Amino acid sequence: MSVSQLLIGAVSLAAIAGLAVVPSLVDAYHLALGITLLQFTILATAWGLFSGPTRYVSLATTAFFGVGAYTVAVLGEQLPWPLVLTVAAVIGSVTSAIVGLSTLRLSGVHFVIFTFGLAELVKQLVVWFEVNKSRVLGRYIFLDITQQDIYWQLLALAVIVFAVGWLIARSRLGFALRIIGEDETVARHCGINVTFAKVALFVISAVFMTLVGAIMAPRWTYIEPSIAFNATISFEVVIMALLGGAHRVWGPALGAIPLTLLFEFLSARFPNTSTLIMGVVFLLIVYALPSGVVGLIEKIRQFRRGSAAQGSGT
Amino acid sequence: MGSSTKRRAVGLSVGLAMMAGAATIGWGDQAQAQTSVKIGYAISRTGPAAGGAAVTSIPNYELWVKEVNAAGGLKLGDKRVPIEVVQYDDRSSAEEAAKALERLINQDKVDFILPPWGTGLNLAVGPILNKAGYPHLASTAVTDRAPELAKRWPNSFWLLGTSADASKTLVEMLVKLRGEGKIGDTVAMVSIADGFGIDLSAAARPALAAAKFKLAYDKTYPVGTQDLGPIVNEVKALNPDTFIAFSYPPDTIAITEQARISGFNPKVYYTGVGTAFPLFKQKFAANAEGVMGIGGWSGDSPAIKDYLARHKASAANGAEPDRWASAVTFASLQMLQQAIERVGKVDRAAVIKDLQTGSFDTVIGKVKFENNMPTNYWWVGQWQGGEFYGVAPSGNAGARQPILPKPAWKTQ
Repeated sequence: MSVSQLLIGAVSLAAIAGLAVVPSLVDAYHLALGITLLQFTILATAWGLFSGPTRYVSLATTAFFGVGAYTVAVLGEQLPWPLVLTVAAVIGSVTSAIVGLSTLRLSGVHFVIFTFGLAELVKQLVVWFEVNKSRVLGRYIFLDITQQDIYWQLLALAVIVFAVGWLIARSRLGFALRIIGEDETVARHCGINVTFAKVALFVISAVFMTLVGAIMAPRWTYIEPSIAFNATISFEVVIMALLGGAHRVWGPALGAIPLTLLFEFLSARFPNTSTLIMGVVFLLIVYALPSGVVGLIEKIRQFRRGSAAQGSGT
Repeated sequence: MGSSTKRRAVGLSVGLAMMAGAATIGWGDQAQAQTSVKIGYAISRTGPAAGGAAVTSIPNYELWVKEVNAAGGLKLGDKRVPIEVVQYDDRSSAEEAAKALERLINQDKVDFILPPWGTGLNLAVGPILNKAGYPHLASTAVTDRAPELAKRWPNSFWLLGTSADASKTLVEMLVKLRGEGKIGDTVAMVSIADGFGIDLSAAARPALAAAKFKLAYDKTYPVGTQDLGPIVNEVKALNPDTFIAFSYPPDTIAITEQARISGFNPKVYYTGVGTAFPLFKQKFAANAEGVMGIGGWSGDSPAIKDYLARHKASAANGAEPDRWASAVTFASLQMLQQAIERVGKVDRAAVIKDLQTGSFDTVIGKVKFENNMPTNYWWVGQWQGGEFYGVAPSGNAGARQPILPKPAWKTQ
């Protein structure tokens, strides 16, 4: 390990420690903002874990997010909290494994449409069950979980998602996925178990999304399918990850943070036209930054290197 | 590999540092002298809840603020202080509503908060308003947990009552009509597969069974069902005396249109949310006559007539209020105002106390909360001569006699 790597590690640790004490320093509004920032950072990063290397655009975020939220709605008052989270993670991984095995043969636009349909499918399954079996629609969550608790849990999950992403990127699995992303046929010919690699990563990514939904659920007191399975989340996450740049572990966060702050600013300053302005902003982003913030950073670096007449690529 | 690892790690710490920085944006607040009373609300201007908010909540909030400010403002002690409004769009999202309220409380430091529209959003903001000690007058939420919520959050008031009560009152009315020999035993019931339809049908089923009605038809349809023709035709074939649809506005209109076209005309024809909307009258005109639905008001009371006229004069395009939650919403604002003025200053704890114990003169009559809920609700209304009058519970002041059987549909 070089000195600079140690330095970076120390800075990261200090930043995590700094973020951990934020709840005791700020008011409830800034805490809520912090929660939203962490929520989208994790969701976008988890999305990038799978979609970054494989280049499969998934719109299923809200399906897993909703599964997590619903697990809490059903079991929240019956089991101790760590167990609830565990169950949520298990349900999320089983669902995503089934979905992954049956659909990852699809690619391109077929996959996009399928994942979009998946969220609706899960939502309708929940509705069907609630209407015909439990005969309640809309569940109440009364748990003694404070906003601070939610923040800390999300912070811990954020640290884990970055760590996992970093490890995967350095692992054989990550390498295999990058090859799949470049050319699936070649990957197959290299002897890579393409299906296993894709499903494994899809499941890992989905578990994080499920856990975010589960951790967030106590914030709303009341859950119904339209709240838990809100398709907007899927789209926001894709846009954030694409703005940041999904081919690096830390890329999606670079999109999630500024966009969350931008949404917040627009909602506060232009309450009646914020949705319209957001649409325009999206168009500008896609037009001006086609390969995301990461792409921009890399371009600047390359340009600098190029002007120093070295031109060596990694 | 080494350099790319490093790059990744640099990005990681940059990201974390950005988040730390982000959390401190907007630090520092301004103190303000009491030259105005700041009233804040986050309401659905976009998204699925926007339609309900635009009919029931927003026009009443605006009418109230306009009238109070025209009178010089809220009376605090011996001076009048104008209302200043801070408002946001919650985009029909629970998370957005929660965040907007945190913003109103901590950033804008508003003095009082008006509730969002609908059951889900009112529940989502309940804990926040409770923690911050703001009075929460939920005037558009129907939930069976209302009594429990009122206990859990003593600052919250549930003005629309419980769905179990709605179904119970409807069945009581049917029992009375059957006793008078006006209807027979057969009931057909359809309900939308959403919170409202499920709660009401779940409460109606045992109530109908206990009253020995014959439930000939009991089906649920999904949200967004376009073609309700088959359902209406199946029901028509059974020829029930009573038809109950626990429906939402789009399907209330669609079912009624289909019933008119197929000439399905039971003695009691009851539809859900939307029946009390001015849109229903516009759409069906003379054919609305005799249609029953959830809600209603004392259409003969001078206070309601006066409110209707003021609402029409104030709202965009002269829009009329709906005949259920609109008047209740306006009444809740009058109650808030009277409580604030009796306390004489912005003292939220005292205002909550006054709301719990005081009695109030409103457009819906005298209201006094018991356990944070009103004691009277309108559960069944009927279109009679172009006005949607409350018909049940029949003990309510201003209750009209239901017109039975429902007149035949006319060709439009």
